[in-house]
Amino acid sequence: MTDATVLIVDDERGFVETMAKRLEKRNMTVFQAFDGDEAMVQLAEYPNIQVVILDMKMPGKDGLVVLQEIKEAHPLVEVIMLTGHATVPSAVEGIQHGAYDYLMKPCSFEDLNKKIAEAVALKGEREEEAIEARVSDIAGRMG
Amino acid sequence: MHPERKSSYDNLSRNLSLTVITVSFAPLILVGGLIFHQFRSIYTEKVFAHLGEVVDKHAADINTFLQDKLTEVQYIARTSSFEYLTTSNHLEKALRGMQQQYGRIFVDLGVVDSQGRQVAYAGPFNLLGADYSGADWFRNSKERDAIISDVFEGLRQSPHFIISISQGRGEARWTLRATIDFLSFSYLVQNIRIGETGFAYILNGRGVYQTRPKDERNQDLELTPRRQVGDISSLAGVSIFESVDRGGDTYVTVTAPLKGGDWKLVYQQKTSDAFSAMTRTELVTLGIFLIGGLAIVAMALIISRKLVLRFQAIDQESELMSKQIVETGKLAAIGELAAGIAHEINNPVAIMIEEAGWVGDLMEDEGKDLPSYGEIRRALTQVGNQGRRCKDITHKLLSFARQSDSRVTEMAVPDFIREVVDISMQQARFAQVDFNLDLDESMPCISASATELQQVLLNLVNNAIQAMEPDGGKLSLRCGVQDGQAVIAVEDTGPGIPAANLGRIFDPFFTTKPVGKGSGLGLSICFGIIHQMGGEIDVESAMGKGTRFTIRLPLPASTRQPETRQEIQHD
Repeated sequence: MTDATVLIVDDERGFVETMAKRLEKRNMTVFQAFDGDEAMVQLAEYPNIQVVILDMKMPGKDGLVVLQEIKEAHPLVEVIMLTGHATVPSAVEGIQHGAYDYLMKPCSFEDLNKKIAEAVALKGEREEEAIEARVSDIAGRMG
Repeated sequence: MHPERKSSYDNLSRNLSLTVITVSFAPLILVGGLIFHQFRSIYTEKVFAHLGEVVDKHAADINTFLQDKLTEVQYIARTSSFEYLTTSNHLEKALRGMQQQYGRIFVDLGVVDSQGRQVAYAGPFNLLGADYSGADWFRNSKERDAIISDVFEGLRQSPHFIISISQGRGEARWTLRATIDFLSFSYLVQNIRIGETGFAYILNGRGVYQTRPKDERNQDLELTPRRQVGDISSLAGVSIFESVDRGGDTYVTVTAPLKGGDWKLVYQQKTSDAFSAMTRTELVTLGIFLIGGLAIVAMALIISRKLVLRFQAIDQESELMSKQIVETGKLAAIGELAAGIAHEINNPVAIMIEEAGWVGDLMEDEGKDLPSYGEIRRALTQVGNQGRRCKDITHKLLSFARQSDSRVTEMAVPDFIREVVDISMQQARFAQVDFNLDLDESMPCISASATELQQVLLNLVNNAIQAMEPDGGKLSLRCGVQDGQAVIAVEDTGPGIPAANLGRIFDPFFTTKPVGKGSGLGLSICFGIIHQMGGEIDVESAMGKGTRFTIRLPLPASTRQPETRQEIQHD
C-alpha cells in the first residue's frame, strides 16, 4: 500500500516522466497521461487513483474542461492544478469548479508533495463521511 | 514636411483666398459699378439742367433788360413829336428823367432825321450834327421801327450799342436813338460766374463779342464742338455742347438765344470744373472701394492662411495619432511575444528543475559514499536555484507584458512603484544606479489604469537610468500626497536637460538620441496618458545636477500620513 495514488496529466512528456520517478521515490503509485482524453481513460481503468495533478494549458482539451469532466465522472477524486502565469484566472475558476488547489509552474517539489498529502487526507475524510452516510442510510432503512 | 505636401497646402490656401475674394468682389463690383454709373448719369443730367436753367434765366433777364430799355425809348418816341424833341432842351430833360429812373445806363439820346443826320443830342459827347447815314443801325432802321444794334465802337471810339425807334414814313421819318452804357450791360453777363472757370459772354449773329470776354482769357479761344448734349426739353432754345479747345481741355458750352435770335448768350465752363463735385465724390468712393477691397483681400489671405494652418495642425495630429497607434501596437506585439516566450521557457525550466531534483533524490539514495557527493549536491542546489531565478525573470516579464488594458482599478502606489523597480533592477545594476525609495506607505489608493501608469513610470525610470550611464548615480522615487493630489517623483543625478530642450521634451518625435535609437515618442505618450487620467506631468532640471519628473494625479480622498523611508543598495 503506497502513500498515495497519483495521476499526472501534462503534455510535457519529460516533465511527467521525471515527476513520476520522483513521486514514486516518495512511495507513491504514479500513473501518467499526456492529454485530457487519456486521463479520463486512466481514471476509468484505475479507480484507486486519489489525486490528479492537472496542467491547465494543454493542446486539445484544456485543463478546465478536463477538470469538469473528472469532477462529473469521479467526484471524489481530488485535483491539483498546475498553472502558468497566463492561466492564473482559469486556475482560480478551477477551484470554484471543485479543484483542490493550484500551484504555479515551475513549482517546488516540496510544495507539490505537501499538497498531495493534504489532498489524500481530505479524500480519506470525504470517503469516510460518505461511508458513514451510507451506513446510517442503510441502518435507517433496516431500523 | 514634404515639399509636395507643403505645395498642396499652399494650393489649398490660394484657392480658398481666391474663392473668398471672388465671391466678395463680384457683387461689390457689380453693385458698385451700377450705382457709380447711375450716379454719374444722374449727376451729369443735373449739372447740365442746372447750367441750362442758369443760362436760360440770365437770357431772360437780359432780354427783359433790353425790352425795358426799348419800351422806355419807345415811350418817349411815341409821346413826343419830332419838333418837340428837337427844340430847346426837351431831349436833355427826357435823358435826365431816364437817368433818374435807371441810373447811368442811358448815356445819351439823339434825334436823327431821315437823312441820317443827328439834329438833336443830349449827352456827354459832342455829337450834334453827326452823320449816321453809313451806320448799320441806321440802314436797318429804314425797314424796322425798333432796333437794338450790335455793339460797336462808332464815332465815340468806345463800345456801346444803340436802341433806336423810328417814326413816320419817307422824308418825314425820324429816329430817336439812345446809347446804352456798355459797362452796366456787361455786368449783367459777367455776373454769371460759376465755379472757377465758368464765364458768360454774348455773341451777335456773326459771332462777334458783344460783351467783354473774361479778362484772363485769350481772345482766340477756339472751341471745336464735339457733341451736343441734347436739348433740355423744358427750356426752349437752350442747347448744350461739349467742346474741346486746342489744349485738349473739354468745355461745356451752353447757349441761349437773345434778342429774338440775333444774339446768343454763351456760357462756358471747363468740364472738369463743372463736374468737380462729382469727381470728388467719385474719388472718395473709389478710395473707400480700394481700402475695402484691400481689407477684403487681406482678410481672405489671413483667414485662408489660418484655416490651412489649422488643417495642417489637424493633419499632423492625426499623423501623430496613427504613429502612436503603430507604436502602441508594436509595444503590444512585443509584449505578447515576450509573454509567449516566457511561457514557453517556463516548461523546459520546470523540467530542468525536476530533473535536478530527481538527480538529487538518486544521490540521496545511492550516491552518499561518492567522494564528490558534497560537490554534486551543491551543483544540484545551484541548478535548482538558477532555475527558480529563471522563473522569477519570466514572471516579471509576464507581469510587464500583461494584456495591456486601460481598465481603471484601485491601486496602491507604493506597491506599484516597487514592482516597477523590480522590473528595472537588472538594468539599474548594469548602469551602476542605486535606487532610493521614499514611499508614503499610508497614502490612499488611486484610481488609474495599472498598465498605462506602469508604462509611464517605466519610461521615466529607463530614461533616468540611461541618462546616468555609464557613471551611475542615484535614482530617487518618491510618492506621497501634496495639495490633495497624489504625487510621484522620479529624480536622477544625471547630466540634466539643457534649458533649450526643456520646453520640447514632451513634443512628439523630439529626441536627442542618435537616429534609430529613440522614436522620440516615449515622453509624448507619457504626457498623453497622464493628461488622459486628468493629471499633470512636469519636469525640472539643472545642468550637471540632475532631472526631476513629477507626476500629479487626482485623488479620490486625501489623507496625509507619516512617511517611511527605505533604501535599496547594490553591492
